[in-house]
Amino acid sequence: MNFRKPDLSWLVWRVFQRNFQVYRKTWKVSLSFNFFEPLFYLGALGFGLGAYVQQMEGLPYLNYLAPGLIASSAMFATAYECTYGSFVRMAYQKTYHAILATPASIEDVVMGDLIYGAFKSVLYGTVILLVVAALGLVASPWALLVPPVLAVSGLLFGALSMIWTGLVPNIDSFNYFFSLIITPLFLFSGVFFPLKGMPAFVQQAAWISPLYHVVNLTRDLVMGRAGVHLIGDLVWLLVATIVLLPAPVFLVRRLVIK
Amino acid sequence: MEDVIYARDLVKAFNGKEVVKGISFSVRQGECFGLLGPNGAGKSSTVKMIYCFLPVTSGILKVLGMDVQEKAREIKKKIGVVAQENNLDNELTVLGNLLVYASFFNLPKREARLKAEELLAFFGLEEYQHKKVETLSGGMKRRLTIARALIHSPEILILDEPTTGLDPQARHLVWQRLRSLKERGVTLLLTTHYMDEAVQLCDRLIIIDMGRILESGRPRDLIGRHVGETLLEIRGDPGIWDSILENGRAYIKEHMIVGDTILLYPTDGQALIQALRPVSDRFFHQTLRPATLEDVFLKLTGRGLVDEFSEA
Repeated sequence: MNFRKPDLSWLVWRVFQRNFQVYRKTWKVSLSFNFFEPLFYLGALGFGLGAYVQQMEGLPYLNYLAPGLIASSAMFATAYECTYGSFVRMAYQKTYHAILATPASIEDVVMGDLIYGAFKSVLYGTVILLVVAALGLVASPWALLVPPVLAVSGLLFGALSMIWTGLVPNIDSFNYFFSLIITPLFLFSGVFFPLKGMPAFVQQAAWISPLYHVVNLTRDLVMGRAGVHLIGDLVWLLVATIVLLPAPVFLVRRLVIK
Repeated sequence: MEDVIYARDLVKAFNGKEVVKGISFSVRQGECFGLLGPNGAGKSSTVKMIYCFLPVTSGILKVLGMDVQEKAREIKKKIGVVAQENNLDNELTVLGNLLVYASFFNLPKREARLKAEELLAFFGLEEYQHKKVETLSGGMKRRLTIARALIHSPEILILDEPTTGLDPQARHLVWQRLRSLKERGVTLLLTTHYMDEAVQLCDRLIIIDMGRILESGRPRDLIGRHVGETLLEIRGDPGIWDSILENGRAYIKEHMIVGDTILLYPTDGQALIQALRPVSDRFFHQTLRPATLEDVFLKLTGRGLVDEFSEA
């Protein structure tokens, strides 16, 4: 096993562009899950359930829920991209192999895929943000800072997803990733309800959830409650991203280059 | 002539198991060099080291004078690779595939476009340039893969089993294009388990089996050296092998038995047939035919080139 230092170049950008080119041809097919599903949640829970639910943290339920769904749909978009998407490119379409025959290195390829995953986060999160804004649920221009937050969280969720892909490179294993990791994050990170009512250990565990911090940031920016109290969440995300980012590069390199 | 690829005691091991066991060879500029061997012989691993995909376990490997371990990016700028599996971007158009690939070599857009058009014409794909790749036939996909590998005008083109899975017509079309590339001065390195492909294309080749080089040289020379010009193949009841060898002894250099067939390497084919006439009523079938590389391989390894036991 060699731990040589990552060999990165500007070709990372070309890998991203390649994926983007393909996306431009296929986006209509992949739009459904990442776009419609959060809207269904917003409709069913926000309007439907919301009619019976009291205010949360001083907000009508729909207003409370909407920013959380921006964060979670961004997470889902990236998680799908960096598991199924990357794995198909790696194992079935042999795209990695094709790109590695050019001057690009495996590190370029993995980083390009991660940045593409982060792009999906920004794209789908922002689309939901726009829908939420159109519904009149955005209270402040601070919401303009949501896309940069989604870029950081996209890199982080991309890294987490790609770590799974590198450790368990099997298309059936991704069900476990979504059932055991992504879905619990979705449910217990304050998207649907404040965690204050949950047992203490759940509240403490939430601190470990990346989505919890993304939801805090997104909700407070959308609601115009920006302030120094958000710095903790932002630093948490930045540190986690920087710490985790080398891992997928290393794991996928080990997988592809034998 | 200059060596553009140089391998010395090259070894590749996966988890301690050696699949390439210390091979040495060199490829000269402008020639077509073949790696011939059955599946699992180590051909693909060898070329994957050459195109800097797999790390070298031990030994020396230089491409265009540069060490593959140190100068991978530099080497990859100057070689073109056609991998064994189809790895085109199926969602993109034919032209789109070429342009996306060109971007990895930082070709200016205009230049890439001109080069792509030239290559599409050369490979007879012009009229399909706006079609999606998934609509192409296998032969067209392969031609496109070769065109893509040439987008940056490489000095060496490496092809891993370029015609495996193609129908005869598509294979001939690929061979034609490869020959005219060679005439234009591109060095070709190809792996194949097809004898006819090796004879059609290769100036020189090495025969590899189980990670080692069995023989090397020009196809015709190898056939002449090991088998001779012609070969008498007789299928029959194994009980008659002894009487065949006895009757034909004056004209048989060597022989080989493969199942219900005996292969005789004659000094004089017609004379041997005459000599065997007394026992020929017990043959099912006999042919006096030109010897092929397949016979060379058979003789070197004692088995056929494409047999089920050699599957990796």
